Amino acid sequence: MKAGFWQRLDLWARRLGPFLSALLLLLLGTIPLRLPYLGSITPDFAIMAVFFWAVHRPSSMPAPAVFLLGVISDVLGGTPFGVGVLVLLVAYWVTRSQRRLLIGQPFMVVWWGFGMVSAGALILTWLIVCLLAVQFVNPTPALFAFFLGLALYPIVTQLFTGAQRLVDGRT
Amino acid sequence: MARNPRNVMRIASPVRAWTQRFTYVLLVGGAFALMMLGKTDAVLVERLRTHVTDALAPIMAAIAEPVDAVERAVENAKHLIELRSRNAELVHERDALLQWQAVARKLEAENSQLRAMLGMVPDPQTTFVTAHVVGNSAGAFVREVLIAAGARDGILKGQAALTGDGLAGRITEVGERSARVLLLTDINSRIPVLLEGARHRAILAGDNSNEPRLLYLPPGAEPMPGDRIVTSGDGGVFPAGLPIGVIGTVEEGVVTVLPFVDWDRLEYLRIVNYELAGVIAADRPVDGDAR
Repeated sequence: MKAGFWQRLDLWARRLGPFLSALLLLLLGTIPLRLPYLGSITPDFAIMAVFFWAVHRPSSMPAPAVFLLGVISDVLGGTPFGVGVLVLLVAYWVTRSQRRLLIGQPFMVVWWGFGMVSAGALILTWLIVCLLAVQFVNPTPALFAFFLGLALYPIVTQLFTGAQRLVDGRT
Repeated sequence: MARNPRNVMRIASPVRAWTQRFTYVLLVGGAFALMMLGKTDAVLVERLRTHVTDALAPIMAAIAEPVDAVERAVENAKHLIELRSRNAELVHERDALLQWQAVARKLEAENSQLRAMLGMVPDPQTTFVTAHVVGNSAGAFVREVLIAAGARDGILKGQAALTGDGLAGRITEVGERSARVLLLTDINSRIPVLLEGARHRAILAGDNSNEPRLLYLPPGAEPMPGDRIVTSGDGGVFPAGLPIGVIGTVEEGVVTVLPFVDWDRLEYLRIVNYELAGVIAADRPVDGDAR
């Protein structure tokens, strides 16, 4: 009985691992770092999580989970409600459809793929935010956030790979 | 009829793909629905956001703590190094300030006498709540911070948030123990301001850059770089005269403002509780012997 419980817990932890790691990253992303010149720029961690899991293990990041992540990132990030959800879903779909090109490739190729997807996502977000606000929104911070995200992606990948090993670990 | 498992698979896998695609379309539709909801029923969305951030605020405060600690240690070390020169500087400054204090006392006494003569209604009392900034949701498209103080600490929607340097923003959402501050650089921020020297009124509008712009300057106004901008108190939301910044550049009718606030170091915010004598408590008895 006891073994059954622990086994079940283990199974659930494995299933939820990717989602929880993404959630943790999202929360970490809201810490006010107060770094000089970076004070008002935070990279979009949600897109990193969605991209990584869509490439490496799409089964553990199904579309509803992406939806939920989008809602949480909108609530935490204060972007107009629903925008983050839509952008994440589109990025998820694009990544999954291009998965064959990325899987098993050297890291540089995957990194390049991430750059493409996150650039597309930022442009889409920018367009929707402009449309909703009915005015021209300064895109410079978004550009900085894009480069910061690109620079951080290898580190985040390490983190997720660790999570993936933990999840796949003893099977 | 003996069923071949492969046959089942042949039927099942398209069905599965179909379900997946259907779910996906449904979720995209959901995203659009959420967007519509955010546009039409702002109150509901706001309440949802307030609840979620309220629940997460303690966690965020706990995560922010080590970051603050490291920062404080670095700051302390820096101060120790500059202790001597800083001390001399402060002694010098104190002497100057003592003189100013004497002047201010004299003016205050004179002012109160003149006010009593004129029968002027005294300014409403202002009190402060100081709150820790625990969340920085300033993404690429939003300029907001989260503070660890809410309704139970007396925070109300619309109050001004200040740092020691000047105005930082205003409270937009209040939860039980957390509140959101819309920084004055956000695209949704509009603040009635005054050019301090010329007394021209204008609106300070954020555009997500660090330099918000001045809109609706009266014709004939000639803003010069370096002019000070303060709140005008119009609309009764903010007290008048809170420092905001100085004019940065004036180019082809576009006037940018350099706020005093250091956006990279928003650690604590003072929330001004300004009792709106004119707007909310219109029939509040006026204290003092002004009448």
